[in-house]
Amino acid sequence: MSQFLSGSAVAEVSAHALSSNVVIAVAIGVLFSCGVYLLVSKNLIRVLLGFLLVGHGTNLLLLSSGTLGKPPIVGEDGELADPLPQAFILTSIVITLAVVTFLLAMAYRNYRLTKDTELDDDPDDVAVAARTEAAGGGE
Amino acid sequence: MSQGLFSLAGPLLLAYLAGAVFAPTLNRLFGRSTLLILAALPAATTVWAIALLPAALDGRYRQVSIEWVPTLDLTIDLRWDALAAVMTIVIAGIGTLVMIYSARYFPPGDDGAARYTGSLVAFAGTMLGLVLADNLILLVICWELTGLLSYLLIALRAGKQSARKAASQAFVVTTAGGLAMLIGAVMLGHAAGTFTLSEIIAAPPSGGAVTAAVLLLLVGGLSKSAIFPFQFWLPGAMAAPTPASAYLHAATMVKAGLYLFARFAPAFATIAVWQPVLIALGGFTLLYGAFQALRQRDLKLLLAYGTVSQLGLMTLLFGVGTADALLAGLAMLIAHAAFKAALFFIVGIIDTGTGTRDLTKLTGLGRQKPALFVAAVLAAASMAGIPPMIGFVAKEAGYAALLDAGTAGTLALILMAIGSALTVAYSVRFIWGAFADKPGVTTPPCSPTSRFMFAPVIGLVTLGTVFGLLPWLVAPILESYAETAGHTHEGALALWHGITLPLVLSVLAWVVGAGIFLVQRRREQAGDITVPGNEPGTVYRGFTRRLEMFAGRFTALTHRGSLPVSLGSILVVLLIFPGGMLAFSGAGPADVIWWNDPSELVIVLVVLALAIATTRSKRGITAVLLVGGVGYAISVLFIMRGAPDLALTQILVETITLVAALLVLRQLPDTALYEARPGNGVRLALAIAVGALMTALALILPGARTVEPVSAGMAGPAVDFGGGKNIVNVVLVDIRGWDTFGEILVLVAAATGVASLVFLHRRTGAAPRKPSVAAGYQAKPNQPSPWLTTNWMPRRSLLLEVVTRLIFQTVVIFSVYVLFAGHDAPGGGFAGGLIVGLALTLRYIAGGAFELGEAAPWDVGLVLGSGLILAVGTATGGLLFGGDVLQSTILKAHIPLLGDFKFVTSSLFDIGVYFVVIGLVLDVLRSLGAGLDRAAYLDQQLEAKR
Repeated sequence: MSQFLSGSAVAEVSAHALSSNVVIAVAIGVLFSCGVYLLVSKNLIRVLLGFLLVGHGTNLLLLSSGTLGKPPIVGEDGELADPLPQAFILTSIVITLAVVTFLLAMAYRNYRLTKDTELDDDPDDVAVAARTEAAGGGE
Repeated sequence: MSQGLFSLAGPLLLAYLAGAVFAPTLNRLFGRSTLLILAALPAATTVWAIALLPAALDGRYRQVSIEWVPTLDLTIDLRWDALAAVMTIVIAGIGTLVMIYSARYFPPGDDGAARYTGSLVAFAGTMLGLVLADNLILLVICWELTGLLSYLLIALRAGKQSARKAASQAFVVTTAGGLAMLIGAVMLGHAAGTFTLSEIIAAPPSGGAVTAAVLLLLVGGLSKSAIFPFQFWLPGAMAAPTPASAYLHAATMVKAGLYLFARFAPAFATIAVWQPVLIALGGFTLLYGAFQALRQRDLKLLLAYGTVSQLGLMTLLFGVGTADALLAGLAMLIAHAAFKAALFFIVGIIDTGTGTRDLTKLTGLGRQKPALFVAAVLAAASMAGIPPMIGFVAKEAGYAALLDAGTAGTLALILMAIGSALTVAYSVRFIWGAFADKPGVTTPPCSPTSRFMFAPVIGLVTLGTVFGLLPWLVAPILESYAETAGHTHEGALALWHGITLPLVLSVLAWVVGAGIFLVQRRREQAGDITVPGNEPGTVYRGFTRRLEMFAGRFTALTHRGSLPVSLGSILVVLLIFPGGMLAFSGAGPADVIWWNDPSELVIVLVVLALAIATTRSKRGITAVLLVGGVGYAISVLFIMRGAPDLALTQILVETITLVAALLVLRQLPDTALYEARPGNGVRLALAIAVGALMTALALILPGARTVEPVSAGMAGPAVDFGGGKNIVNVVLVDIRGWDTFGEILVLVAAATGVASLVFLHRRTGAAPRKPSVAAGYQAKPNQPSPWLTTNWMPRRSLLLEVVTRLIFQTVVIFSVYVLFAGHDAPGGGFAGGLIVGLALTLRYIAGGAFELGEAAPWDVGLVLGSGLILAVGTATGGLLFGGDVLQSTILKAHIPLLGDFKFVTSSLFDIGVYFVVIGLVLDVLRSLGAGLDRAAYLDQQLEAKR
């Protein structure tokens, strides 16, 4: 992170710098926008959809950090793509699956309990706020 | 043999640890007499220390060093010198007596005795560690441990709220000081270039940082020794059992601060802050404590305030810091340990005997218990500085030292003289309060005193008298310490110096003190003096109350309990800090191109259209399908950008996600996406801002690369050591295998979580078998199916049944191929496992819950567990064969007919991944599919009954 935050590192473009793909960058931004729009909600199904979109955006962002090329399999002709971001993304895809199924189960349980797909406010937080207010009023 | 007996120091400390650990067990066997058994430990330490006294005197350096955390420069260094010897004997000697005394102080069968015994033994060991430590950090660690054990002892009667409050107050105050001390220790060690105490003291560093460091160390010492402004915790600590108070809060732990002053005085007494801070605060505390002691009616509190006062006096002496003052300070420390412990013991005897410590309710005890009375008078005489007690000798030495110490010394001398007079007054008050005949008060019956409780008193008083009469017994060791700071006067410690100014001051103190006592008695009888009502520490309590209030308000402000608000605030922080830094860094994209391939534009347009449509969608099922479409489109992007592994996995995952989402959504109403407060401008603005930030990042990041990717050199090793051509797969199972291992743990956790949320009572188990195999729920088959194992499904699809029948086995075999081929070609454990998952999904969709149970009749826990065990086994296998964790071994063989055969051990790891993924999908189908079916079915039954 500090590399592009310090001006000097940015001023002189390194030989290893990659070119930035505008189309992909816009796709990342829109995926994040749509994802965040859905995520900031009390509805767990919307949260889930938003999480999926943000996940896709993140995967693309990771991918754009590596070089492009042929599939990273030894023996392919020409320049190989960077395998490391790919390994990270593979991990990320599978973890997303795990989290999504967990969120689904949570949404289901929440619905069974409240007959509502929206989450109630956390009662503990509400209680803390109420207690602090009461204590403050007593002073 | 150069270390001689001192090499036993390490094992000795370990013995204390063992004693503390086994104390509860011993207590179950021997009850309170455990304390008598364990008293052998400090007794042995005392003998050991006395045998080592000549070694402390010869000035030769003895050290035991045990390496602990080399990277932190942390060694368990123990050192033996005069100061350590004096402290060791005080701690171990009084510890022995305290344990003997405690063995009868507690009533038989007291449930607190076990905890008390363990804590006390641990405390004694830690305290020894503190005074023997030759490493600054080790000293701080022991320091904090004594505070913790003090907390446990004060809060021994945890049922009492006052005890808990007092304990936490003492703990917070001394720990806060300890924290300051830790910072000071690190700064000092840094400035000196070593954390070894003896080296720092031999060559003390100097400079502004060192002054600050020493000041911080002093704060730690002042808080521990209850010097103003930290004095208030000590009277509260009297909630501890009386022998614990005698030990911790009079004789030893509160001396830790003094020990620190004594330890550093030879090196740092010349630093500008040393004298003013310690003389001013010590002197004030001396007078404050004495005044408070005069007002107390509780004998134990009287002694507690007396302790505060005496600690102030000793701080004053160490604060002056000349060799003579240090000598007097250490002599005072010994004297105080002896007489104050004895007086606490006496209060304990009175308290357990009569049931009260209130001096207005006690009368005639002097006649009832003459021996106790005599012992108390001698101890109090030592406290008041009356010959022939050691307290008198120490005080004389103190006066003499201060007379010789310039302006600061003169000021200290005046404070000390006033304080001594007040000390005489409260000493008389103690004797009068505990033993005098008081008219109009009924005599409380005092039960007989155990020998075990009285003997320690006799021992301490005898020591105080003997040392007073024959000060040359202790003089050499004290001088050996004091000489490290310069020359002491010949015969500074003596009972009789002739008629000198110190003697005059002493006599004056006796006379004035007696006068103060008489005046104070008269005023008390007239009702002019009221018992202090409010406990000390008002400032502390006000501060902690406000802090708690602030914490509550802050929590209420930041934790609104609303998910969108919490998430939104995280995103706002993301925008403000990293986003703001990005904006102000002036960083920009390096080389911008529109696209690598024009077809990217088409795919991205599809992705964007689907994503935006998802946000506008009203129905859950539509939204899930749209999001699935985004995933499939992205997998096309993956292929185009040279990532076939990702594309394969993404397609498989997307399918399973889709199925899982549909399984859940069918149990939810059509209003699944309903929101009470639909999206507004704020949400939209936040979303667009985050998206813009991410676009900016995506544009800037690629150009910010300054070094060659680490993966550039992976191709060769992947083949040579990892035995695979597919570098992504080798990265997953070998190069970054630990990551993958963590990941499959997450999968197991998620699978377990899903099952827990659905089934609530049982997490493990298999999908339900068909009714003939295991009695599940009683459903009648509609029509038998010739294509599947089970024949129950309300709405059948013949095409699906036939297709399932035809391809299931083929797909499973294909998955095994993908699993093994993955090392050299796209595929691997993840993809293989997901393919099996899809095959199972097909069976479930075609035939329902029982069909799934027949297709995979295994306990899901076993599938997940065997996968984990395989992965762990492979990971540790490398270790067993002399390599690193997760190191691969390549086995090659030529098998006739089949051709060359190659097996890499990391394939086993991949098989583990394969099983875990199968387990996850199976658990999802079992829970979100079969489990939800069952719940819905039961609901229907319930409805029908009504």
